[in-house]
Order: sequence, then structure tokens, then C-alpha cells
Amino acid sequence: MAHFEKANSLNEWLDQRIGLNTLKKVMQSEYWIPKDINFLWAMGMVLAATFGILLVSGIFLLMYYNPSTDLAFDSVNYTIMTEVGYGWLWRHIHGVGASLVFLIIYIHMFTGIYYGSYKKGRELIWISGMLLFVLFSAEAFSGYMLPWGQMSYWAGMVITNLFSGGSLHADGLVEWIRGDYVPAQAYLSRFFMLHVLLMPLAIIGAIVFHFGTLRLPHVNNQEGKEVDFEESARLWKEGKRAESEVIPFSPVFLSKDVFVMGVYFIMFFYLVFYHFEFAMDPVNFDPANGLSTPTHIYPEWYFLWSYEILRPFPTDPGLIAFAFAQVIFFTLPFLDRSPNVAPANKRGAFHIWFWAMLADMLVLTFMGKLPPQGIWSTIGLVAAITFFVLWIALPIITKLEKKL
Amino acid sequence: MSSRRDFMGMALGGFTALGGIGALMAMKKTWDPLPSVKAAGFTTIDLKDAQENVLVTEKWRGKPIFVLKQSKEMVEKAKKAKEMDRLIKIEDAHYMVAVGLCTHLGCIPGYDAANESFLCACHGGMYDGTAMVTKAPPPRGLDVPPFKIDGTKLVLGEQGPEYKKMLADGTTLPV
Amino acid sequence: MNKELKILGIVAAFTLVLYWGVEPFAHSQMHKHVEGHNFVYDGTADIEEASKDKKEAKKKFWSEVKEIAKLKGDATAGEATFGMCAGCHMDGAANMGGVTPPSLEHAGAIYDKNFLIALIKDPAMATNVDHKYPNGTMTHPMGSISSMVSAPQDIANVVAYLKAKKAGEVTSKEAFKEACGRCHANRYGKLTQLGEIPKTKSNIKTGQDVDKIKYDQKVAEEQNALADYLGKLPPDLSIIYRARSEHFLETFIENPQAQLKGTAMPRTGLNEEGYEKVMEYLAQTGDPSAPARAMAGPWVLGFFFLFTILAYLWKQSQWRDLH
Ligand code: HEM
Ligand code: FES
Repeated sequence: MAHFEKANSLNEWLDQRIGLNTLKKVMQSEYWIPKDINFLWAMGMVLAATFGILLVSGIFLLMYYNPSTDLAFDSVNYTIMTEVGYGWLWRHIHGVGASLVFLIIYIHMFTGIYYGSYKKGRELIWISGMLLFVLFSAEAFSGYMLPWGQMSYWAGMVITNLFSGGSLHADGLVEWIRGDYVPAQAYLSRFFMLHVLLMPLAIIGAIVFHFGTLRLPHVNNQEGKEVDFEESARLWKEGKRAESEVIPFSPVFLSKDVFVMGVYFIMFFYLVFYHFEFAMDPVNFDPANGLSTPTHIYPEWYFLWSYEILRPFPTDPGLIAFAFAQVIFFTLPFLDRSPNVAPANKRGAFHIWFWAMLADMLVLTFMGKLPPQGIWSTIGLVAAITFFVLWIALPIITKLEKKL
Repeated sequence: MSSRRDFMGMALGGFTALGGIGALMAMKKTWDPLPSVKAAGFTTIDLKDAQENVLVTEKWRGKPIFVLKQSKEMVEKAKKAKEMDRLIKIEDAHYMVAVGLCTHLGCIPGYDAANESFLCACHGGMYDGTAMVTKAPPPRGLDVPPFKIDGTKLVLGEQGPEYKKMLADGTTLPV
Repeated sequence: MNKELKILGIVAAFTLVLYWGVEPFAHSQMHKHVEGHNFVYDGTADIEEASKDKKEAKKKFWSEVKEIAKLKGDATAGEATFGMCAGCHMDGAANMGGVTPPSLEHAGAIYDKNFLIALIKDPAMATNVDHKYPNGTMTHPMGSISSMVSAPQDIANVVAYLKAKKAGEVTSKEAFKEACGRCHANRYGKLTQLGEIPKTKSNIKTGQDVDKIKYDQKVAEEQNALADYLGKLPPDLSIIYRARSEHFLETFIENPQAQLKGTAMPRTGLNEEGYEKVMEYLAQTGDPSAPARAMAGPWVLGFFFLFTILAYLWKQSQWRDLH
């Protein structure tokens, strides 16, 4: 064992044992962030904060939620909403948070795409980020099962049926996932387990991984400039705050993050108190009924674009298209053949690609909720095909891109 | 300059802590027993059919409630032991009514009618027919639940004058 | 700074368009639009939506109702005639042909006058479920009324009596129980089709609550009778307030056929006051946290406004000498 001197303060005592000062340096005071960034770089911390809010509100919901098909619905809609002190508050926070976390994830993703933050050394940041997207999707879906309303039940039915693989007829797999022929008690119990234990654990692990992947490459900046971190850090430490190109994560970068969070929280709690119903589908206030499908069923808004990619095609191609859409974003760092790390507006054809992709996903999202009839079906089909065309075009246009 | 920085950081930190306290108060409320649990804290028991020296067990707030109608001899004994305060008088009869949980650590004592006494098997505590403690470790006799007399009935959970008197003179602790 | 605002503008614009597309726009496309008719019951909608062979009969029916409405009713005479109604509409009434006759204690207050006239004249026509009685109104559970009270003046008298004497102050819960409660339970309000759920006690030795079991059986039998009569069990309305929009509920209550063609639910004939009382009750059981939200909302938002201002000042102090 190493030799230990008597410590003169708690700080010193901890430093001797867990290297507190080194830890602080690595994670805060000497974790350098480029100065040339905008508020979009605060979205990562906004996501972390939202995850924290979901965790805390979830803990309090868990105190009275009852994962039984007979009691789940009333334990949420009666016990938590009527009887538990501030139960309604936790529920509305959790519902609004689950919706907003996806809004911020999408903003965060498209920020990364716009500024080319997934390239050259930052591939793992992107991949770990996509992993978080997939895990959050699973978390959101499993959570949606819990109130055991009509939408829970029928979303459960439809989504688990995807795993039959179309004409592969892997019905055994579907039954295995459900633990029953239809979504029933076994199904609810296991999705409850996923939602409150396994998925959150995996998400926490993935967040740590995501943060880890950021430490060496550092975050990107508005111009995609390669910053000389050593030189800038030296200037900063000498007190040349204006000359240095970087700022420490804490407190300087954090102070801006916190301000952005403040603005975000105003919006967040405005929604919680005055407009929460957008995050809670009315149809899910009818209790689950395995003998009657609601007239309109659709997933929550953040799944609509990929759902719409599934819908216009016959079963088998639809499933393939859907599977493709789920994973294609993972490959972005490799499909983008251009070496340029720069904002999209400096990258010619890619600039058009960026806005076209964004617009296309917006159109897919709209169509995903509308009844699949007439003109809506046609628009949906065109948008779905456009989605694939854009991905096929990506390596070509980026290959042709001029080197900056 | 840097003192202004520190000041603003601390002001923000302090204000956030204030919000944190608010959130903790909401969390505390969430942790409280539900209104329906509290409302269910009333039970009516009818003493009409009770027989002398036969222990009746009822339930109130999930806890066992002992009711023991006293025989003449038991009343005499209680008088001698100056424990009449522990009994409830309805019409001409006297009743021992108590929460059937040992005041030591909460086991349920068993009644031995032949000896007119209770024995708690957990750590050997004993009580007499008025549920007064006669052998340690229990620190005191069994507690009396809040009650109100209503004819020959007792409403448990409500505080009648007889109960308030017991509380005031220290015959029982509040449950 | 300017650049950040521009970016914020773009992000906000996209978010709002996204919201518009998946909420207001999508819902406007998903739901059939139905005009309300301000709780006026003159048969306009019924005649419009009726099949050709029924149009004439409906026109005739509602014009007769209009004639009766013009008569001056005599409440005292009506009281005597009302005795016929009270034979079925009484406390502890038994299920008759599928449904238990509801209490009429506040009928004058919560139901529309025209509707009451129409109902006494022909219950199936008035409630717009005549399609369920192809063999004539007599097969309706209240069908026999037409053989008891049929003279226009008698009808006018009974309605005058209801409007005069059965029109006292009504609570929102009473309105729900009388207008909806015979078919729809509201378990969050502790109501079954048989009314208030009684308090019972279980046997301490067995844990069995025989009174509750007996009551549950009675409710189950009532529900089965209802389901046999109506084709399905009318849903519990505890949180229908959250499950349907207010516009849907209003137009549906006015004329169920307008929203759900062929439904077995009869029109209840609530007037505006009755409807508002019923909605008040549905809001109480379906959205009980509304008052608590209104209390806490301004405090929480105020906190975050101040928080954001302080955070801004902190950020300014940190970033002041960076450029
Ligand atoms: C709960 C989920 C997530 C959390 C908590 C999170 C957190 C963070 C944080 C704190 C940062 C650094 C600050 C910033 O640039 O915003 C960051 C950066 C980044 N994240 Fe995430 N993230 C999440 C999900 C995602 C997803 C879904 C993606 C995309 C697939 C992603 C891709 C990135 C990229 C590319 C960067 C680097 C940005 C740059 O270098 O400029 N993250 N993330
Ligand atoms: S619990 Fe009864 S003697 Fe210890």
C-alpha cells in the first residue's frame, strides 16, 4: 500500500484516496471546450438533465404503480392521479419529459449532422449517441405499456408482431417476447422490468460511454476548426482568457449550459402545468380491451417517421424498410465520404442533403399519424422512397465534395 | 471581478437549493399515507355479545384490537390494583379494549383465560386482565386505541370524552 | 448573439411546425366534424340523418311535439298523471327490460322541455334509437307509456309538473346519476349502475366480505342485463373526460347517433344546465388535479423565471472577458 500523510482537509483526504483533484481536472476545470460554440452545444447537458428528471419522477411513480393487468390502469389513473400527494405532478413531468427528451435528442442529432461532429475521431461519439437513441426508444416503448390502456395494448400487439418477420412467420419468437399468445400479464410484468430496471441501467451505462468517447476528441465547434488544445489550455492557465480558444467545462461552459437549461425548464414546466395533454394520448384513457381495436392507432410522435416508412409497403418490404430506417443513422460516419469537418452551409450538395433529410423526416412524421388513405398514402410513399434515395445519394455527393 | 463571478454562482446555487427544498416537500407529501388509508381508520365494534373473560379480537388500521369483558372477580382485582382507569364502562359492564401489540417490540401477546393474563412469547413480557404490564421487558400496559362510545358500540378511530380523559391522565399513549 | 437567436428561431420554427402537424392538424383530419345544436331538441338532426322511409314519420312526430309544446300545461293535473310514471321511476326500482328506470327527482331541471314531451310521446323516437325497435315502440322498456299517457294535454300537464316541481337545486353528482348513471358506472366516483357503492365489512376470521360479494353479484347481474339489452356494456365514465374531447362529448350527448352511427345509446335530452352539471362531475372524477395544478403552476414557473435570470447573470459574469 502507498504511503499516506496526515490530511489537513477533507479535500486533501479525499485527494489522497481517490485522486479528487485529478478527477476534478479531468472532468471539469481542465476539460477544455472550444469557445466558438452556440447554445446547441448545451443540448447534451439538457438531455442529461432531462434524464435525471425522468429518473426522479419515475421513482415516485413507482411507489404506487401496480404492474398487474387488473390494477395497472387504475393504479395510474386513480391512485396516482387522485390520491397520491403530487402524484399527478410526477406523472405529468414523466409524460412531458418522455416526449421532450426525444425532441432534444433529435435537435442534438441534427446539430451533430449539421456541424459534421461525427467524423474523423468522433465516430464513437456518434455511435454511442445512436446507441442511446435506440435505448431511449426501447425505454419509451416499454414505458408506454405500463398504464395498460387501449394504446398500450394495441401498440404492444402491433410492435411485437413486427418480430414475426413477415412471411418468415416467426410466431414462436413473438410469443416468446410476450410470454403469452397476446400481450397479457407476463408481457406487462417483463416490460415493467425492462422499463424500470434493465433499460435505465443500460442507458446510464451508455451515457457514461458517450461521455467517455467525448473526452479525447473533444467537442466540435461552429467552424469545424481543429483547435490546438495544448496551446490554448496554456494560454488559459496563464490567465489569458480572451486569447485562448478554449474554456474549461466547469464553470465557464457549464454556466451557459445552466442558462440554456433554465430557458428549457420554463418551457418544460409550462407544458407540465398547462399543456400536458399533448404528451398523453386520449385513447390511452380507455382501459385495454383485447377484443376491440381503437379506430385510429399510431405511435407517439417520435416514432412516427419510422412507422411511416413501414406503412406504405407490403409486409415484407415494409419490414425490411423499417429495419433499414432503424439502423441507417448508425452508419452516417462511414457513408459520409468527405473529409471536411465543417458546418453544412460550407459543404455544397451536403447542405441541400441536410435540409432535404430534415424536411423529409418531418413529412414522414406528419403522414405517420394521418389515416393511411388517399393522398396521405401517396405522400407517405413518396417521402419513404425519398428517405432511401437520400441515403443512397449520401456517399456519392460527399465523395464528390470539394476538399475545403 | 472574480468575486462577482463567485457571488453570482453562489446566488444561483442558493436559489437552486431553495427550489430543491420545494421539491423535497412535494416528495414528502408523495410519501404520506393515502387519504383512503386514513379514511379507512374507522371501525365499529359491537360489545353487546361479548362474554366475560373471553378474548375477542377485532381489526383496526390493520392492527389487532383486544376486547375483554371483565368478570366480577376481574373488576375486583382491577380495583385493588388501582387499574380501573384502564377499563371502559358501558351500561353496567366493564371492558378492556386495547391494541393487541406488545408495547415492547410489537408482537401479539396470547391470552391465558385460566390465569387471566397475557404472555408475549417474543421476549416473555406479561400483562394482567386490564392489559397492564406485570412483567418486563414491555415498558407499559397495552395502548388503548382512540374510541367513542355509541350505545353498546365502540367507534374506533374517533376520540370520545372517555378516551380523551385516558390520554390526559396518562393511562394510554396516543396510537 | 444574433447568430444564436437566428438558430433559435429555426429550431423553434421546426418544433412548432412539427407540433402543428402531429397534434392540431392530425386530429382535425382524424375526427369527423359534427356541429352542435345548442341543446335545442326539435328533431332537425334526426330528420336529416333518417333513411328515406323514416323521414316522413320523423317529420310528423317532431311537428306534433312542437304542437304539444305550445299547449299550456297544468302542473296540478300533471301531478296526478305523474303517478303513472312514479310507478316505475321510484326509489329501489327494479330492472325493467334491461335497464332500471332512473330517478326523476330533478328531471325538470336537467332535461329539455321539448325532449320530455317527445319522450313521453314516443321514447324510441325521442331518444333517436327507433332503429332498434323495428316492431314498434311498444317493445321499448318505456314503450307502455304511450298506452297510459297519450293525450297531448296530458303530456303537456306532466311536463309542466316536472318543470314546476321536479326542478330543485341539483348537484353535479345527482345530475350524473339521474342522466347517465343507470347505464354507466363511474368507479372513481364510487358509483355503479345501482348507485353509491355501500360500505361493507369483512369477517375478521375468514377475511370474507359477504355483503360486498352480494352487492357485486347484484351489480354483475345488472350489467349483464344492460349488455343483453344494449348489445354491449356501456363504458365506465370515470375518466371519459380525458379520453374524449369536450366537443365530442357535447355533440355526442346531444345526439349519440351523430358521432356513432347505430349506437344503442339513447339521447339523454339534457338541457344546457344539465349538461354542464354532468360535465362538472366528469371533470371531478376524470381530472381531479386541476385545482392543484392551478395553484402550483405559477409558483414553479416563477421559480424557473428567476432561476433563468440568475443563471444568465452568472453566465455573463463567466463569459464577460472571453472575447
Ligand atoms: C440521453 C441521451 C444523450 C445524452 C445525455 C447526451 C449527452 C451529450 C453531451 C453532454 C455532449 C457534449 C455537449 C454537446 O455537444 O451537447 C454530447 C455530445 C454529442 N452527442 Fe450526445 N447525448 C445523448 C444522445 C445522443 C444521440 C442520440 C446522438 C446522435 C446519434 C448524440 C450525438 C452526439 C454528438 C455527435 C456529440 C458531439 C457534439 C460535438 O462534438 O459538437 N448524442 N452528448
Ligand atoms: S415484543 Fe413482546 S416482549 Fe418483546
